[in-house]
Formats: sequence, structure tokens, C-alpha cells
Amino acid sequence: MNAGTQMVKLTYREAAREGLRDALARDPRVFLMGEDVGHYGGCFAVSKGLLQEFGPERVRDTPLSELAFTGMGIGAAMGGMRPIVEIMTVNFSLLALDQILNNAATLLHMSGGQFNVPLVIRMATGAGKQLAAQHAHSLEGWYAHIPGIRVVAPATLADVRGMLWTALEDPDPVLIFENNTLYTMEGELVVDAGPVDIDHARVLREGGDVSIITYSASLHKSLAAAETLAVEGISAEVIDLRTLRPLDDATIMGSVARTHRALIVDEGWRSGSISAEISARITEQVFYELDAPVERLCSAEVPIPYARHMEQAAIPQAESIVATVKRMVQSHG
Amino acid sequence: MKNKTKQTAKVDRDHGLRLLRKMLLIRRFEAKSAELYSAMKIRGFLHLYDGEEAVAVGVMEALTPEDAVVATYREHGQALARGVNANAIMAEMYGKKEGCCRGRGGSMHLFDAAARFYGGNAIVGGGLPLALGFALADAMQGKKRVTCCFFGDGATAEGVFYESLNLAALWRLPVLFILENNLYAMGTAICYAHAVADIAPKAASHGVQTEIVDGMDVLAVEKGARRGAEFVREGNGPYFIECRTYRFRAHSMFDAELYRTRAEVDKWRKRDPIASFFDLCREQAVLSDADLEELERDVAAEVDGAVAFAEAGTWEPVEELTRYVYSERRPR
Ligand SMILES: Cc1ncc(C[n+]2csc(CCOP(=O)(O)OP(=O)(O)O)c2C)c(N)n1
Ligand SMILES: [Mg+2]
Repeated sequence: MNAGTQMVKLTYREAAREGLRDALARDPRVFLMGEDVGHYGGCFAVSKGLLQEFGPERVRDTPLSELAFTGMGIGAAMGGMRPIVEIMTVNFSLLALDQILNNAATLLHMSGGQFNVPLVIRMATGAGKQLAAQHAHSLEGWYAHIPGIRVVAPATLADVRGMLWTALEDPDPVLIFENNTLYTMEGELVVDAGPVDIDHARVLREGGDVSIITYSASLHKSLAAAETLAVEGISAEVIDLRTLRPLDDATIMGSVARTHRALIVDEGWRSGSISAEISARITEQVFYELDAPVERLCSAEVPIPYARHMEQAAIPQAESIVATVKRMVQSHG
Repeated sequence: MKNKTKQTAKVDRDHGLRLLRKMLLIRRFEAKSAELYSAMKIRGFLHLYDGEEAVAVGVMEALTPEDAVVATYREHGQALARGVNANAIMAEMYGKKEGCCRGRGGSMHLFDAAARFYGGNAIVGGGLPLALGFALADAMQGKKRVTCCFFGDGATAEGVFYESLNLAALWRLPVLFILENNLYAMGTAICYAHAVADIAPKAASHGVQTEIVDGMDVLAVEKGARRGAEFVREGNGPYFIECRTYRFRAHSMFDAELYRTRAEVDKWRKRDPIASFFDLCREQAVLSDADLEELERDVAAEVDGAVAFAEAGTWEPVEELTRYVYSERRPR
């Protein structure tokens, strides 16, 4: 067996760390900065050991100054470095939103194409750990509203390792959202897994009755739901969007044209969301292929509550996916 | 800026009993909380105040029930010292409906309108401008009240800290700033986060009256807080107290403590605010070992009662999930 096909068992967290290690080892311009990425080992232990391995020049603990160090990442990227800025969770990225939107996303355009910003920002997102309403939201869909940045959401080990590589080669800002419930997910990956494309969605399970269009943690719930549905004779296709901006319309529409039904599962809030955008595009582009109205399963429109039963009730679940698909297939058979 | 050194004040018995009981309650309540976390009764993030009890207890002595408190996510101590009911706090951490926020907030988001306890803020520095707003509202309504805002050394790296200091001084707002300087922001030691590790002069440079106290000495904290609260209440503008303290335990239950040595923690543990205050009271023959034993029994009963209350609590029905997104009473 050569190194290219040798598989190793690891967690999503470890795969993310391997991605960082690859990047730091490969390119001397790459450095990681953010709160507690060094001495603490990363708030989700992703960067554990990297300070010891690469030193404090390359793995930089920052003060609690999200606005300043994110803006600094933009400047450093323009100045010839390849920074990876880590923001602990998406809620805290709101302190840096000004720099992300008003600088990172606009400088290329405002400068008439003179200045691109090759910056990567990673952050954790999502509910499920009872962290309540200032730590648990899924705002990646908001970021996908912004032209000028790319938004990716790795749901698999290969993606969390390989998307970083590709993002660092991109001339423009890329935001990487890692759902915090995925860090402990285990799987197998090729030892020297490399870059993966960040332009396309992927059909992870083929089916003929309905397209479940989703991403990140909801992907795994959708795959579980598809298993259950298969037992009951319903064949669901599951699409991992992978990239929320730009959306891969071709893969989405191709699937819906085959299955004639679409369910979008999104941990973000429903109103004004990425799921609303996808639904609109489906009706714009393949309306006459549809056998049923497009449906969406999103988070309840509440700040995420602490109590476990309430938190779980607030976000999409495999059971609610199964029930929705059954209803769609049965009432519009 | 005044630099107060430790003076051994004479303690009055009732006062000593009250301070000791409050600190003990926080310590035992949190030890129980940590156990309940391991038993998976409490989830999410749990930040213990272990080692810092003298700060909240000393400060609250200087406040009246009319004053307001804005706290951090490490706020069990601040809440208990303020008089938020222990049962309601424990039930909140269980996620029960009988909790002080119906289980919506958990450990990091304790709120209590009756105690004028305005959270429980888990965005570092997020409480500072809120506190300014309470103070502004009081000033504009002619109310002689103090708004007391707690925050950590980590928060003083955020831009909002400097913006808030400037505004408070500029508009002479009645804010009592309480810096809990425990030398770390999560695992980042103050030397890795601040070019100038002395924080108090930064407040002073904004024109805020400033003082540094030994945060391991409850009497020193109380004295400083009384001075500060009086200054603020008299309409002299904001007052800033840096309390030098230390957290004995991990940042949260997810912390492997890779960033500090056992020896450093042990050194600080020798300055335990509870043990040293009790020793002082015993030296002065104000309190005896028997008093301490009785307090321990009393506090244990309160903690057990809180656990029993939380255990007996109920889960809010999921049908109520979307309540409290908007106010239920609106003008017609
Ligand atoms: C804006 C923001 N950034 C980061 C965090 C994550 N975080 C929570 S507590 C903490 C350290 C804060 O340190 P400090 O202010 O000194 O308070 P302490 O925990 O020491 O009491 C960090 C980085 C957060 N909650 N909010
Ligand atoms: Mg601190």
C-alpha cells in the first residue's frame, strides 16, 4: 500500500489540525492568529501542539481584540502574508464584522481591482452544546449574503482538512465555518489527503424521490434521515452544499430536475436565510420540474436557548427531516 | 491613583459572619456545581469563581438594593453575593423552568430583575456599554444610584473598554467599574495580551478616578468599593477599582490548563480569601472554629436545598420555545 491510499482513523478536530499543520509547513507566509490558539491549545483544541511545533511567530495568541486582529489579518494578507485568522465562534465574529464587510469584502472592488485580500478566517458555528444565546448561532448564511467573500462549511474530514489548503490559494477572502458539534466526529482519511475544490456541492447519496439540500452538521442528520426513509421505500438524494457562497446552482438544479422535490435543511434562522435563497433559485430555475412545493427545515426563530430539550427542539433533527419528506412524498405522490 | 496597602482592620462579629458566610456559600455552591457538571446535570460552559470570592462579596457590601449590577459569564459569585436566590440559580443551571431565567440562559446568563442583576453576559466586554446606559438613564432621571459593572483583564483588550471609559468620564456617568484581574484571559497570560500589563493607569488616563485593591482580601475590596460607590453616588463621575485576584480552577470545564504551572496555582492558593479572612477573624477572637463549623453546616444545607429544588423542578414545555422573542404585552 503506498502512502496515497493508506487510511488513518481520526476526528474532525484532528483533520482540521492536520490542515493547519500542512499549511504552516508548506508555506512560510502562512501564520495562524487568534485568541488562545497557542498556549491554551485552541478553544476547541484544534490548534493544540502547533505553538510548540511552529513557534510563536507563526502561531500567535492575540488579545481579546476581534476587530483589530481581523483587520490586521486583512492588512497582512495584502502585505504579502497568508494569514489564517481564527475567531472562536461566529457570535464573536460580530465584533469583527465591520472589518470583514467594509474592508475584506470591498477592497478589491473599491480599488478598481488593484488590491485583493488573500485572507482565510476560520470560526466555529452552530448549536448543540447548550452554550445558549451568545455562543450558539449559525450565522454562516448571513456571511453568504456578502459579495466579495467566499463562504465554505466543511462537513467531512476530507473537507475540513482540504478546504483550508484551497482557501489559502484563493486570491480572495474565504470564511471557513466549522460546526462545533462535528469536532468529535470520527472517520477515516487518506494519510496525505490534499486540497479539495471549494466550488462545487457534492451529491453524497443518490436517490430518486426527493433532494435534501443541506450542509455542515445538518448533513449528517440528513444522511441518517435518508437511511430511515430508505427502509420505508423512499429514496432521498442528499446534497452537501459545501460552499454557501458562491452557490453551486448546477448541482442543485440537476438533482431537483431528477427528483422533482426539494427539501432544504439549514441550522440558520428561516427568514431571509440561505435556505430562502436556495428556494428562490429553485423556483426561478427549475419551477416546471417540481412535483411539490419546495420545503425548508430551519432553526426556530428564537435565540438559541440553554436547556437541552429546548435547544434540540430549536434546530432541525433527523426525525423532523423524515417527517417532512414523508409528507412531501405522500401528499404530492 | 491611590495604591492601598493591606491594613488589618478590626472586624465586627456580625460583619465577619456575613462576609464569611457569603464567600463560603459561593465556594460550596460552585464545588457542588462542578460535581453536577461531571454528573451531566449541568451542561454548556461553567466558569467557576473559585479564588475570587472576596471580590464580589466585598463589592456588594457597598451597594444598596437600588443600585444595578452588570456581571460577566463567571457570575455565580456575583449573583449569589448580590442576593440572587441560590435555588433559582441552581435550577437555571439545570435548565429547569423554575430557574431564574426559565432555563433559557444557563450558567452564563443569570438575570434577576428583583435584585437589579442585569446578567450574565458571555460576550467579553459586552456588559460595559450596557452599564453606561443604566448610569445614563439614572443621571437623566435624577436618580442617585450606582451601576456596578464587573469585567475581567481580558475584556480590557477590547475596543469597547476604552470607548466605555472615555464616555463614562466625558459624561461623568455614575458607574463603578470593577476589574477582576486574575492575570489570565482563558489561557492567555496578561503578558501575552497587554503591552502594558498595568491596567489601572489606562483607566486613569481616560480621566476616571482609579484605585487598586488586593482582591484576595475581602475587607480591602469592601473598603475600596465603599469609597468608590460613595464617590459615584455623590455625582463625581465614574470610579474604577482594579481587584488583583486569581482563579484557582480551570477557566471552564473544557480547560486542560496547559498554560500555567501547578506551583503557580499552589502559591496563590496559600492566599485563599476565605481561609485568610477566617484566620484574621480568629486572630481577633471575633470568630471561632465552632462558628466556622456552624457556617459550613448552614451553607451545606442551603446548597443541598438548592440542588433539591433544581431536581424537583420541571422542564418548560417545548410549545413555549418561541416565547420571549418579542414582548408579550404590546400597546394596542
Ligand atoms: C467577544 C468574545 N471573545 C471571546 C470570547 C471567549 N472567551 C470567553 S471568556 C474569555 C476570557 C476572558 O478573560 P477575562 O476577561 O480576563 O475574564 P476571566 O475569564 O479571567 O474571568 C474568552 C476569550 C467571548 N466570550 N467573547
Ligand atoms: Mg481574567
